[in-house]
Amino acid sequence: MSERTFAVKVRRNAGQIVLTTLGALLAALWLVPFGWALSTSLKPEGDTQLLPLKWIQSNMNLDAYRSVLDTGDIPKWLVNSVIVSTGVTALTLAVSALAAYGFARTHFRFRKALFGLTLAGIMVPGTVITAPLFANVRTMGLVDTYWGVILPQVSAPAMVFILYKFFQGVPRELEEAARIDGAGRWRIFLGIVLPLSRPVLAAVGIFTFIGSWNNFMWPYLVTTDPDLATLPVGLATVQSSFGIRWAQLMAGALLAALPLLIVFVFFQRQIVRGVAHTGIAGQ
Amino acid sequence: MTTTAPPSAPRGIRRHWSEHGLAFTLPFLLVYAAFLVFPLLWGVRMSLGNDDIAGTQSEFVGLDNYVEAVRDPDVWSSLWNTVWFTVLSTVPLVVVGLVLALLAHHLRFVNWLWRLSWFAPFLLPSGVVCLLWLWVIYPSDFGFADQLLNAFGLQPGIGWLTDARYAMLSIVLTTVWWTVGFNFLLYLAALQAIPQHLYEAAELDGAGPWQRLRTITLPLLNRTTGVVLVLQLLASLKIFDQVYIMTGGGPDESTRPILQYVFQAGFTGYRIGYASAISYIFFALIVLVSLIHLRLTRRSREENAA
Repeated sequence: MSERTFAVKVRRNAGQIVLTTLGALLAALWLVPFGWALSTSLKPEGDTQLLPLKWIQSNMNLDAYRSVLDTGDIPKWLVNSVIVSTGVTALTLAVSALAAYGFARTHFRFRKALFGLTLAGIMVPGTVITAPLFANVRTMGLVDTYWGVILPQVSAPAMVFILYKFFQGVPRELEEAARIDGAGRWRIFLGIVLPLSRPVLAAVGIFTFIGSWNNFMWPYLVTTDPDLATLPVGLATVQSSFGIRWAQLMAGALLAALPLLIVFVFFQRQIVRGVAHTGIAGQ
Repeated sequence: MTTTAPPSAPRGIRRHWSEHGLAFTLPFLLVYAAFLVFPLLWGVRMSLGNDDIAGTQSEFVGLDNYVEAVRDPDVWSSLWNTVWFTVLSTVPLVVVGLVLALLAHHLRFVNWLWRLSWFAPFLLPSGVVCLLWLWVIYPSDFGFADQLLNAFGLQPGIGWLTDARYAMLSIVLTTVWWTVGFNFLLYLAALQAIPQHLYEAAELDGAGPWQRLRTITLPLLNRTTGVVLVLQLLASLKIFDQVYIMTGGGPDESTRPILQYVFQAGFTGYRIGYASAISYIFFALIVLVSLIHLRLTRRSREENAA
């Protein structure tokens, strides 16, 4: 090894050490709220505000988790969130993929005008039309129903646009060949185009799911029945009802955080790619 | 560019193929019409009337609601709070996002750990985020955050959410922790797309790490920065959840954003017509930012094509 490359190597390693230290510090900073919540959730209720603050003490236990699970609210909200988010994701994927394919690869009257109208909708933030949307959903008799929570979230022009861009890139020759073999539009769409689009469908699906899972304002407005509350809605109301029982509050918050964190650990790559995809094209 | 059938295909096939087009788009168009287009137009009508929330009585009042909104000091103050939050939050959200991405990109091991710790908060519902942070800053004076500052020799005694000087900053802090992961991932994707050979060439020319960052990485990230910036502006302008849960707009309405005022006028004050009028004023602001976004992405697409 020449002296020069050795020097470069030393400098590189020194750089890595500095960067790693900085990274570790910042990562710790980001994890602190989780850690503090975890520590609090394991303490007896009376000890949460004792000074000096302690991360670990001898009488830690799972009582707070037991109490939270026993009251049954969080499991109920979890189920509601799963129903709503799964419904929104499945319907959004189906409806958007169909529309995107229709716009990208078929011809019909007013296609261009309708596609233009769809693109214009990307600019409309959902929160701006909340009041008339609520009035509309009320007229349809959907207040305090799962459908009332789900359906408005399904109209996602940005997702149509993302899928449209992708379908445009699917080689036309594949479709032509299938057509010569006698396949119809639907068979081409279901048998060729959709399987080829798995990555982008995963990206759109994951992104829709996260958005719906964390949606607070709309479910909060459209449901008054506590049995229909989703996690974000339930948690926002929980502070008053739990009073100042911080161990239970933190146990609840961590239980509520868990599902998507687990999903993230398993689908990390897809989520990262999904953000890159939908983030740029989508909003 | 969009031909359905090759020119030689018989007419019958061509027509048969075209018939399906509308069927593909129809489900979406129905949902879109019912839950976006119609409310958007109906809202205009509502903003010109004095509807209450039940929608029972409605008189046409022309532009009265808009005139009232422009003269309503609460509209201006909440609009100002929104813009102020946007200014305060956008800069750190973009800069910290970039710094974290640069770190994660250059670190050689435990990649998953960086991604997990910086992006995980983005996956949490606003309710969870607010609870975690309320507990970090509560109780004022001797909560976790105060003890931490004490350890560095600072004597804060800060009313994190009760003092008008700090409440907005606390919400900015919470928001940065919560959503910076999204910008982090956008930057990380952009960094990974930069061809490695550019760096190798620069290294052969004797460029140090700092120089490579300044002359290669940052210029190549310009376009991403533009996009991240506008996305962040749009997201920050829509601030609602954190404020609503953490301070309820207080103290003294010093953190109340425009969307919360819309919410109060419409759903607490039962004046949906007036709430709609304020919404459309806010909408104009959003469209302005969106048009800038459109311009940016179009330009970058043209650059891509060239």
